[in-house]
Amino acid sequence: MTFEDWFRKDRLPHIFCAGCGNGTIINCTLAAVDQMDWKKEETVFVSGIGCSSRAPGYIMTDSLHTTHGRALAFATGVKMANRKLNVVVFTGDGDLAAIGGNHFIHACRRNIDMTVVCMNNQIYGMTGGQGSPTTPRGYLSTTTPYGSAEPAFDLCDLAIAAGANYVARWTSYHVKELEKAVLAGLQTPGLSFIEAMTQCPTNFGRRNKFRQVADQVEFLKKHSLLKVKRDRLLLENKEVPADMFVVGELVRRSRPAMGVSP
Amino acid sequence: MTRTEFWQGNTACAEGALAAGCNFFGGYPITPSTEVAEHMALRLPKKNGVFIQMEDELASMAAIIGASWTGARAMTATSGPGFSLMMENIGFAAMTETPCVIVNVQRGGPSTGQPTMGAQGDMMQCRFGSHGDYSVIALCPASVQEMFELTAKAFNLADRYRVPVFLMADEIVGHMREKITVPDSVERVARRELIRGTLPFAAGDDLVPGFATFGKGYGVHVTGLTHDERGYPCTTNVKIHHNLVKRLVDKVENARRDVADFDIINPDAGDVFIAYGAPVRTVQQVLHDNPGRKIGFLRIRTVWPFPDFALGQFKNARRFLVPEMNFGQIAREIERHVRVPVVSIPKLGGDLHLPGELMAALEARL
Repeated sequence: MTFEDWFRKDRLPHIFCAGCGNGTIINCTLAAVDQMDWKKEETVFVSGIGCSSRAPGYIMTDSLHTTHGRALAFATGVKMANRKLNVVVFTGDGDLAAIGGNHFIHACRRNIDMTVVCMNNQIYGMTGGQGSPTTPRGYLSTTTPYGSAEPAFDLCDLAIAAGANYVARWTSYHVKELEKAVLAGLQTPGLSFIEAMTQCPTNFGRRNKFRQVADQVEFLKKHSLLKVKRDRLLLENKEVPADMFVVGELVRRSRPAMGVSP
Repeated sequence: MTRTEFWQGNTACAEGALAAGCNFFGGYPITPSTEVAEHMALRLPKKNGVFIQMEDELASMAAIIGASWTGARAMTATSGPGFSLMMENIGFAAMTETPCVIVNVQRGGPSTGQPTMGAQGDMMQCRFGSHGDYSVIALCPASVQEMFELTAKAFNLADRYRVPVFLMADEIVGHMREKITVPDSVERVARRELIRGTLPFAAGDDLVPGFATFGKGYGVHVTGLTHDERGYPCTTNVKIHHNLVKRLVDKVENARRDVADFDIINPDAGDVFIAYGAPVRTVQQVLHDNPGRKIGFLRIRTVWPFPDFALGQFKNARRFLVPEMNFGQIAREIERHVRVPVVSIPKLGGDLHLPGELMAALEARL
């Protein structure tokens, strides 16, 4: 099989805009899932609401497209009721960090055996470009017309603090690294959280002076700081640039987990 | 074989669920329903079931829906404030036709209100609380025995009709202790599985589609968006939305006679009491104290869908008297169906109506 065999082809074409990074992240995720030797009938994709959350609708396994922010709570029910099922959750920055923040914290704390892939485009795409908890300070959206005044959330720090067993961040530019990170997440018992920074040309790029889709991908690449480099800066007592985000495998540990298949 | 116990209503509710095969409970503590969760926490692990205390009632409702899709008989229990939080995902359960049981041990509202006092103020919320049109089934127990029996029955109705089923109890029946006869087993109606090769949201004459349990290779897509019979989102098609919502309503409303559960006493009486839940007990006391007097009584266990056809059995009724622990929520429903006066006898604050209060209403002139 290849990742293409996981797609529900009668649902195409998809709803994602031209230049959207979500397809890249779905492909990376399915490429990793395809390496797990999982049966389709034993795999369930769960999501909340938003552009990212439309992903399970294009995958041919059992899938649950739920209410805004609640994907992890639904996934908890699925996994705890039938541990044999492999559960993967697709979510976005608004879904996970704003309306679903509490469910995110507690899913990480319980360390339930599932993999959560967050497509962080730093904006509410589906509702037309409102500011989200990850919109960087100063950036424009329809609800931050003078630039976002709020500091942005670091979702990986949150997941680490709350207790997830595996945490990694990459971008839609780092496709090979992202695929490997998802694979490592799928293989790690407990909750695995993979944040994929991605471009939203329609609603983020357009308002923030990115003329081309590639400009935004380039921006994500330029603002990525490898974890090893960040660690070196810290070791040398040097300043970590405030406008950059750390990429790489940030945590891999074995806290007690729930829902692990017997 | 049966055995006799002396149980609290909330314990009987949990035991009724276990007898019906409930194997998943997701909940959040809230007075006066907490004992249901506590009893499930104690008992479920020993029966290879799953108890999970979620972070809030939004998550509790979500978890039982997720569990139900794996084939579990899933339940949660709450009270007023938690019930309000559950409304979002109750609508999701209605839209996705997910069988689940929600116990609401009602307390005085609005808002935090009276945590330790009984009420029936959520009767309309359970019928209409989530946005959009849908129908549900709601049962009202009036004794510890019925806390057991109606909870068990709720699971069968949920699986039969693929709807959220509510056990609308109240603090009085939830916390009272009385004698209960516990049967060795209860009737279990299995959820009807989807026939392979048919569409997961296509229904036959009974308007209830077969269930595509997760993990069995159906590859079903479940969404709260308006969906076609394949389960695929189809959100701007006027006809598909109309037909879907009409079926969600009709599958319950058409079953009104099948799910009805009521008793009729003195059908030829002129004055007729109608009650459900705890106030049933006061009406029974009034009837007991006045053996010579012909007082009619319609005692309802299935409140939603409302058994309107039962009202017609009181051919000589000149008025219906409706004691409720709210300001006439079901009295207004009754008014829609009858031409004689409907006298609402509300009582708020947490105490049951006294027999004298019902007698005063009975003696009052029309």
